[in-house]
Amino acid sequence: MPEPLRLQGISASAGYAEGPLFSLDRAASHYTVKATAADERAALEAAIGIATGRLGGLIETADSEAAGILEFQIAMLEDDALSGPALAAIASGQPADAAWRQVLDAEIAGYEASDQDYFRARAADLHDIRDQVLRALSEDDESTAPAGAIFYGEDLAPTRFLETDWSSGGGIALKAGSAASHVAMLARSRGVPMVVGLGAAGPSASPANPVGIALLDAEHGGIVLSPSPAEIEAFRRSSSSFAARRDKAETYLARPAMTKAGTAVRVQVNIADLSDVDGIDIATCDGVGLMRTEFLFGKTLPDEETQYRAYRKVLEWAGEKPVTIRTVDAGGDKPVPGLTVEEANPFLGLRGIRLSLARPEILRVQIRALLRAGIHGNLKVMFPMIAVADEYARAAALFAEEQAGLAARGVAQKTPPLGIMVEVPSVAIAPEAFADVAFFSIGSNDLTQYVMAAARDNTAVAHLNSVRHPAVLRLIASVVAFGREQRIPVSLCGDAGGDPASIPGLLEAGLRDLSVAPAQLAMAKAAIADVTV
Amino acid sequence: MSASAEATVLITHAVGLHARPSVKFTKLAKTFAAEVEVALAANGPWFDAKSIVKVMAAKAPKGTLLHIRAKGDGAGEAVGALVELVRRDFDEGADHARTA
Repeated sequence: MPEPLRLQGISASAGYAEGPLFSLDRAASHYTVKATAADERAALEAAIGIATGRLGGLIETADSEAAGILEFQIAMLEDDALSGPALAAIASGQPADAAWRQVLDAEIAGYEASDQDYFRARAADLHDIRDQVLRALSEDDESTAPAGAIFYGEDLAPTRFLETDWSSGGGIALKAGSAASHVAMLARSRGVPMVVGLGAAGPSASPANPVGIALLDAEHGGIVLSPSPAEIEAFRRSSSSFAARRDKAETYLARPAMTKAGTAVRVQVNIADLSDVDGIDIATCDGVGLMRTEFLFGKTLPDEETQYRAYRKVLEWAGEKPVTIRTVDAGGDKPVPGLTVEEANPFLGLRGIRLSLARPEILRVQIRALLRAGIHGNLKVMFPMIAVADEYARAAALFAEEQAGLAARGVAQKTPPLGIMVEVPSVAIAPEAFADVAFFSIGSNDLTQYVMAAARDNTAVAHLNSVRHPAVLRLIASVVAFGREQRIPVSLCGDAGGDPASIPGLLEAGLRDLSVAPAQLAMAKAAIADVTV
Repeated sequence: MSASAEATVLITHAVGLHARPSVKFTKLAKTFAAEVEVALAANGPWFDAKSIVKVMAAKAPKGTLLHIRAKGDGAGEAVGALVELVRRDFDEGADHARTA
């Protein structure tokens, strides 16, 4: 029996799977070269037809997410822009498989060279299209994965995912891959555990080199190959605990969150990208507690119109429910080209509102977009990294100036309630300087790292970085108490809000309004139901 | 027929003119007889709007000002319909259900 081997990657779809490893990186099957160029041409056209037909067959039983991917692949296969160059290569003497591979590999290289995640992820679709046709060309019976297998390899084709019967378990462990890929989206929607980015260090499993059973922990993003009996036992405990939590959580999703004692708790969602709202039923949450706007600030600074449309889309999606948009929080671990500056200690430097006030022309554009979007829903706006009251006063003054400017030009607008993030300890310790803000939103990630002096991105001090430390919880409780006294609403929008282990402490500290990642919504509601406050 | 038309439209879709949106875009373009092309800049390069491979290769992310031009029979209608599709955000969300 080989030694156990642990590999660490990134979770792309949470869950647990135990099963035989099935290698995806096997040698391609053989293609028999035909006698004439005309035969080669006919073989390629037939293979494209077979592949298209197979994809069409899969659409019949696919859900809309999968059907969209399949329709895209069919459209690509039916496009002369792919088959044309391949047929030309055949005419010049190449066999069909080499001709097709050459054209597709050139396309794939173009996608892989992209600087956008979404576009790079499409390379997997092109790989899939390529292999579908190569498979049809060689008419080779591909050996099928055993039931409950963990697919292990460089990357997995979306059609391969759809052809696989996941009803008896199984999972996906990829050396490369991306959480933004079509396969990752499919895995999340079907609840198939998936880990990406395990690296190339693992063994190449083959009949000659069996690794036996593998344990895929896609809750924490790891896999164990050739595990010991003790590891298997521990894994099964984690797995059944996860399954129990998930099953139980699902029953809570559609209901308003409430503790065991009957105390109502508002649970909102955090949004980091416009596409996030596509996967959320607004009826399952109490609004958006944090809409980050950094995604708009990519390679170039977004113009007012782009921002306005993005804010409006989320506001209209949320209907009457509140949407709290945070002004751009660049700096720290979130650099933005053309905006942030190089610093020796970025977490303690020019980030959040500090940077926005240093570059008011950029903040003003965002403020105008927010004022205009404000008429389309229940908007609230908050400023990140506020340390002293003057920063809030200056940011609020910019809102007033831009509002007056828009009003003078006859542009429809509405000033939203303005609040602040509570993440710098100075605010949590002395909140009385902020008695005039509309609301407080506790940013527990930064508050914890500043109180504990333990950087969020440093695994060496990760054990110190706990929101459950009494010092952090005491500060949270004092902010909640101040808010009650002054009638200022207090919510929390850090990762701790969606962490079942931290939720009891947060509710005991007096919080009744949490904002969590969409994927944690059900689990958070279930955890709240277990608390006795 | 020497009809021709040209217009620009801002792509607001979260992932730009990719995958599902580009399927809709090219399918619609193919319903017109006119020769239709797209570009990311007024001076090109221009891509065949009826080819999903070419449209995808244009790599138009969200926030791109897409240039659309058409030549021949129904050029004006073709440009108008494609601009509308982009403006409607490719009917994503409302018309997410498949028709197959």
